[in-house]
This record gives sequence, structure tokens and C-alpha cells, in this order.
Amino acid sequence: MNAPQPYLRKASPPPKGKGGDKRALPASLSRNAPLVPVDSAGGQALAAVIAILTFLAALCAGGAELVAASSAQWRSEIAREVTIQIRPNPQRAIDEDVARAVALASRTPGVEQAHAFTKEESERLLEPWLGSGLDFKDLPVPRLIVIKLKEDTRPDFGPLRQSLGKEVPGATLDDHALWVSRLSAMANTIIGTGIFLVALVLIAAGLAVIFATRGAMAGNKEVVEVLHFVGANDDFIAREFQRRFFKLGLRGSAVGAAAALALTVVLGLVTRSWRASPAGDQIEALFGAFNMSLTGYLIVILIALLVALITGIVSRLTVRRFLNGNG
Amino acid sequence: MRAYDDEEFDEGPGIPSVRFENVGVRYGMGPEVLRDLTFSIEPNSFQFLTGPSGAGKTTLLRLILLSVKPTRGLISLFGEDVSRISKDDLTDLRRRMGVVFQDFRLLDHLTTYENVALPLRVQGKEESSYRAEVVELLRWVGLGDRMHMLPPVLSGGEKQRAAIARALIVRPDLLLADEPTGNVDPSLARRLLRLFIELNRLGTSVVIATHDFSLMDQLNVRRLVLGDGRLHIDE
Repeated sequence: MNAPQPYLRKASPPPKGKGGDKRALPASLSRNAPLVPVDSAGGQALAAVIAILTFLAALCAGGAELVAASSAQWRSEIAREVTIQIRPNPQRAIDEDVARAVALASRTPGVEQAHAFTKEESERLLEPWLGSGLDFKDLPVPRLIVIKLKEDTRPDFGPLRQSLGKEVPGATLDDHALWVSRLSAMANTIIGTGIFLVALVLIAAGLAVIFATRGAMAGNKEVVEVLHFVGANDDFIAREFQRRFFKLGLRGSAVGAAAALALTVVLGLVTRSWRASPAGDQIEALFGAFNMSLTGYLIVILIALLVALITGIVSRLTVRRFLNGNG
Repeated sequence: MRAYDDEEFDEGPGIPSVRFENVGVRYGMGPEVLRDLTFSIEPNSFQFLTGPSGAGKTTLLRLILLSVKPTRGLISLFGEDVSRISKDDLTDLRRRMGVVFQDFRLLDHLTTYENVALPLRVQGKEESSYRAEVVELLRWVGLGDRMHMLPPVLSGGEKQRAAIARALIVRPDLLLADEPTGNVDPSLARRLLRLFIELNRLGTSVVIATHDFSLMDQLNVRRLVLGDGRLHIDE
């Protein structure tokens, strides 16, 4: 048929009275109502499920990011410090050995500062374990030299270790590599678990959308049939479902992500009030100051968008599959 | 040649809008509900499809709409064999047809205006390009002051007129109407019939399924009569 023309030019004139009056038309008469009504009770339930799943995914991702940031902080702090321990030897003057070790350490490239703990300072380190007020005079308390490294440097300690072996017998150099690797392994395990949980939650969201879409398709069978009869193709119908489910998913995921962010803020405030207590110190030692970084916030927002996108795309693919399977 | 009222009307020669050859339909393992249907609907033609209730009028319309597949025989629409038609081609064919269902099939969550504009909306047209036309048609069928209402609050007759307007809005090449005047008073039925005639004058083939003899008696046109699963053509 050709392009539509004005109606019924030759037809009898419109009846007067009811419905036949001419009025100026407003700019739009359409409410842009969705063609597929998925805002039913089932749709609201799906939005709630998506909100809960996004909340869980955001908490997993936020927790993993918190641990990742804290572990990076630990590692950089520990990696910037090296210690030399000098065990007392009755046949040697320990103060001279300490001075020699400090001199050797200071000459090593990449070392910013070498600070030797005095005898009193070294003894004070034992107080948490042995208690105060003890006389350490007769105890062979080792002496410590703390070496601060320049930023972003990783000096080669091989020559220093050799020199210490030759000139200061009884001195051991500890670059904390074992600690760093253990911390890294622990942090990476937590981060990996977090990512795995986020992936599981996203898969669960996708499956929930598949069930909800199939339910919506079955519930709107007549609507889909009418759309086909008036000339809509499968892609148009799938796009309509995608649009509706994307909005539904976005609403649910925004609520879930907002709840997760709110919980993070509340937990941050709570841990701040606990800071002076031993429990608070312990939590802070593991998770840092419980302040989510900008990256953390971005990850949570990204997850919310990802969930909404998954909702839209999965619903579209499900509709296409459903329509192909049902002629 | 077909005549309605006192007017003579030319049927243009060309590829038939619909062509059935030995078409039969059965549901499941049951007997054939329609058998050996062989007929054509010419372009620009006007006909009634009639027969007693349960004779298969709606099934025949659904065969033309390709929502029911024949168990045997050949159907071609606008010259195209539809036995192995692709989904895209099926959509193109349906866009050339307008259909008025017996049970209206209006979408209850859309207003009357939105329902009537639906065929244009699914074609991706901008509202500004069809707004005036939809409103004009709505006013013509007497639904000018009902355009913002949802179908559940419309009367049966109003729903029927909205369904007719939705079928007419794209000025289809072929209009299939299943009992289109079943819920309206005789005067409105006459007006709606004139609407179909006018559409036919503008080039649309019209098939009206009805068992309303008073309606059919108003026009001297071809009648396709279904009975016992077979089709008899009363020229």
C-alpha cells in the first residue's frame, strides 16, 4: 500500500456531536506506554530479586576491593622496610658490630635510612611478651637495625648479605619476602573468592531474568500475538521486552547498589567509633580504615549497570529464543 | 465487476491478494475442519465470508493471516507462496493486511489512541507523522472523545470500532474483518460498512466474515459460503 493518505475524503462526513468535534491537537497524544506490560507483581518480584543479588554482588566486590587496597598498602609498607638482626656474641663488641652493619647498610644503593635500635629500645620491644620492670641485663637480647628504603626501589641485597656475613658474623638480613608472599597469597585468595562470588551472583541474576522473561512471555501471549498481527517482527518485540526489563533491572540494581554503599558508610562509621578498642584495631588491621576508595564506589556502580545490562540482554535473547521456538 | 448499492465498481486485474488451492486443515488427529478450499481474492475486491456458527470462518481468516498452518494444499498471498516463508517476509505480508478480530484483541494497557496507532508504532514511525490521521479516524468512528480511555472502560461497540480503526489505519492491501458489526446498532453498522466500502474504493481488498444477512443484503457482492468444511462461492 502507498503512504497513508487523509482518511475517507469521499466518505460521508463525520457525524455531529459525540466524538465528531474538531479540536486542536496537543503535541503528543501518546503516553509512550510500554507495549509489553512487565510491571506486574512478577516484575516487581524480579526487581526485588535483582536488588538483593546486586546488594550481595556489590558487597562481595566492595569487600574484595577493600582487601585488595589494604593488602597493597601492607605490602608497600612492609616492602619498604628491611631489618638486620645482630645476635649477641660474647667474643665480639656488639655496639661495634651494629655500627659496622649500619655503615654497610647505608652504603647500599636504594637505602634511604638505617636506624639502629639502642639496647634500651630493643629491650622495650620484648616488654609486650615478657612484661615491664624486668632486668634484661643478663639476657642476650639481639639488636635490630631498621633500614628504610627509598620509594619505588627494590635494591639488590645480595652484596649487603655477603658483606654482613664476612664483617658482622651473627647478623641476619630479613627483607620480609616470606611475609609479603604470604600476605599476597591471602589477599589474592580473598580477592579471587570475591570475584567468583560476584560472577555467581551475576549468573544467578541472569537465570532469574530468564525465568521471569519466560513467565512474562507466557503471561503476555495475547499481546505478543496482537503485536505480530499488526506487523511487529520478532526483533521489535524482543527490543520492547529488553527495554522494559533493562529499566526494571536498573531500578532493582540501583536500589541494591545504594543499599550496599549505605551499609559500607554505616560500617565505616561504626568501625571508626570502635577504633580505640582492640576489636576495632583488629578489624582495621585486616581491612584498613574501612573507607571504600573511589575505585570501590566505581566498582559498585559498574556492577549495578552490569546487572541492568545483563537483565536487558538476557531478556532479549530469551524472547528471541522463545519466539523462534514458538513459530 | 462488483456492485454495491447502485454503484458499479471495477476490479483491477493483477496478482490475487489471496489464493488457496486444495487447502485442508485438521486439528491434531481429528477430521478436517476445512477441506478442498480453492478460491482467490482479487485485488481491490469486496466479499463476504459467511456460514453458520462453527463453520470455520475464523479458521479460514487465520489461515490467511498465517496464524494457522494448513495440513495440505497451497496458499499464496500477494503472489508469494507462503509454505516456506521466512519470518521477515511473514512480517512484511502482515503489514499489508489489516485484521478486525471478533474478540477485538485490543491491548488493555494502551489507550484507544495508542491501540489504533499501534500498527504505525510497530513500523517505527514517528508519532508526529500519524497523530492527526489517527485522531481523524477515531473521530470518524465516533471515538473522538474516547481516545484517552483504556479499553476496559469502553463498551462492546466502542471496542469494536477501535479494533476496526486499528485495522484501517495502515490502509492495508487486504482487510480481514471477523464479525465487525456484531456489537453495534444497525445505523452504526451501516456507517462502518460504508467505511469498508470507502477503503475498498481506495484499493483495499475486503473480506468480511459475518452471518448477519441484513448486513450482507445491503451489498451485492461476492459471498464465500462455508458449510460442512467446504467452500461454496456465490457470485
